Amino acid sequence: MTAPIKPAEGYAFAYLDEQTKRMIRRALFKAVAIPGHQVPFAARDMPMPYGWGTGGIQVTAAILGPADVLKVIDQGADDTTNAVSIRAFFQKTAGVAVTTRTGEATVVQTRHRIPEEPLKAGQTLVYQVPIPEPLRFLEPRETETRVMHALADYGLMHVKLYEDIATHGHIAKTYAYPVKVEGRYVMDPSPIPKFDNPKMHMNPALQLFGAGREKRIYALPPFTQVESLDFEDHPFERTKFEAPCALCGATDAYLDEVVIDDEGGRMFVCSDTDHCETRREQGHRGALLGETPNQEARP
Amino acid sequence: MTAPLLEATGLTKWYGDRLGCRDVAFDIREGEVLAIVGESGSGKSTLLSLLSGQLVPSAGSVAYRMRDGSIRDLVSLGEAERRFLFRTDWGFVHQDAAKGLRMGVSAGGNVGERLMAVGARHYGDIRSRAEDWLERVEIDTARIDEKPTAYSGGMRQRLQIARNLVTAPRLVFMDEPTGGLDVSVQARLLDLLRRLVADMGLAVIVVTHDLAVARLLSDRIMVMRQGRVIEAGLTDRVLDDPREAYTQLLVSSILQP
Repeated sequence: MTAPIKPAEGYAFAYLDEQTKRMIRRALFKAVAIPGHQVPFAARDMPMPYGWGTGGIQVTAAILGPADVLKVIDQGADDTTNAVSIRAFFQKTAGVAVTTRTGEATVVQTRHRIPEEPLKAGQTLVYQVPIPEPLRFLEPRETETRVMHALADYGLMHVKLYEDIATHGHIAKTYAYPVKVEGRYVMDPSPIPKFDNPKMHMNPALQLFGAGREKRIYALPPFTQVESLDFEDHPFERTKFEAPCALCGATDAYLDEVVIDDEGGRMFVCSDTDHCETRREQGHRGALLGETPNQEARP
Repeated sequence: MTAPLLEATGLTKWYGDRLGCRDVAFDIREGEVLAIVGESGSGKSTLLSLLSGQLVPSAGSVAYRMRDGSIRDLVSLGEAERRFLFRTDWGFVHQDAAKGLRMGVSAGGNVGERLMAVGARHYGDIRSRAEDWLERVEIDTARIDEKPTAYSGGMRQRLQIARNLVTAPRLVFMDEPTGGLDVSVQARLLDLLRRLVADMGLAVIVVTHDLAVARLLSDRIMVMRQGRVIEAGLTDRVLDDPREAYTQLLVSSILQP
């Protein structure tokens, strides 16, 4: 964890002006009050393109305080371009402390993963959302999908799952797997792998979802029921992996497939880098980890 | 005697100062088939939209007896109730099957959609009921996973009927159900419809300009012209002994073999 620093001159705290942050907070209150319901908000232009997480960044900017500790992950990794840039952005404009340790963070902004380490009460998880509307590819008219949400008219969602089983023999959706919140709203959990879906259920942390281009905010308050849609005779199944992580030997984590040579060789490693490093520090060793002890100093 | 299933009184629709239909009144009970005939622009489609609650009438009312026996004015139904009726108690067979089907979804999914919309969550059950219905409308169950785009016109129309009847509705609206089909396919479809209507005791309101369809399918007939019902009665009576000059013209314009 780094210490808080003095933010750069000439910026409002966390970049956005106070009126914008108030507007976003009002949308967040409404979103928390109606779990799973998409609340429109006046998304601002951010100093980066749409698709880079402008929705998540605006939500983070609106909830961040000087005492917060921020962690940013991109597909589980703390060290990829998107994560590094967003972390640096808030370090510069808000001066907050940043970390890569899930346990130390008070705010975790994420692109498409939920950390492996269980979140605690008091933590907030901010998702970057590309397409907030779970019905988008089934019903293109936004006026119609709004009515469908209002009337809880969700038969169409199951038609999609039916088609999957009829075509593939099982529900083939592996990410952005639709969920039903508190038995009411059907929600797109953003493109997290379906492996992470069960983690949303009754999570003690606050989960906020921001879609910048689509100008929508939605939320799951702590301890919300989140149920993945399925059929009674084809229940939801979490993704399973055949091999443990090649570096830390974890068998219960979500793994990335990495091609390691041009002869078809590949390895499976934890997508959550913090989780993997922590386990290696604890002495867990995967099959491909070399003989030398893991000496890399953490930043 | 119980109240009619659906009762229209003084039904009028103006589009600005253009007339859609005027002072239409009739009732229909379970097991009855009512044909509405007339040339294009005579107000048939307007009437069908008014009856199915898709248009708000300028005057008049449509009383409907719900499954619990209460009588409700369709105009006073909320959007949620109206949609629920459409998913459960009503069917709507369009002339163009592409309008009534989801062309990107397999036949099984098309038939199962209504079941899933009312809460069916067991894949095996949904599938076996879809298969059962495909059989009843004479579609080979081996083609259950094909999309309707791979079906012929007659099959699409039969699939549309299966999709509508799977929730055992009490009232089915049909808008030119045999339009655009060749004569032998038409005959087979009419035969099928007659059997299903009799088996299920359906009330059917069928709009058509084809008097042959009206004669084969319906018990009663209403002839519309310029937005008004000019003649109504038992189908055989009206077609064999038309009273109005316009009806006489319609009947005499059928080609005699």
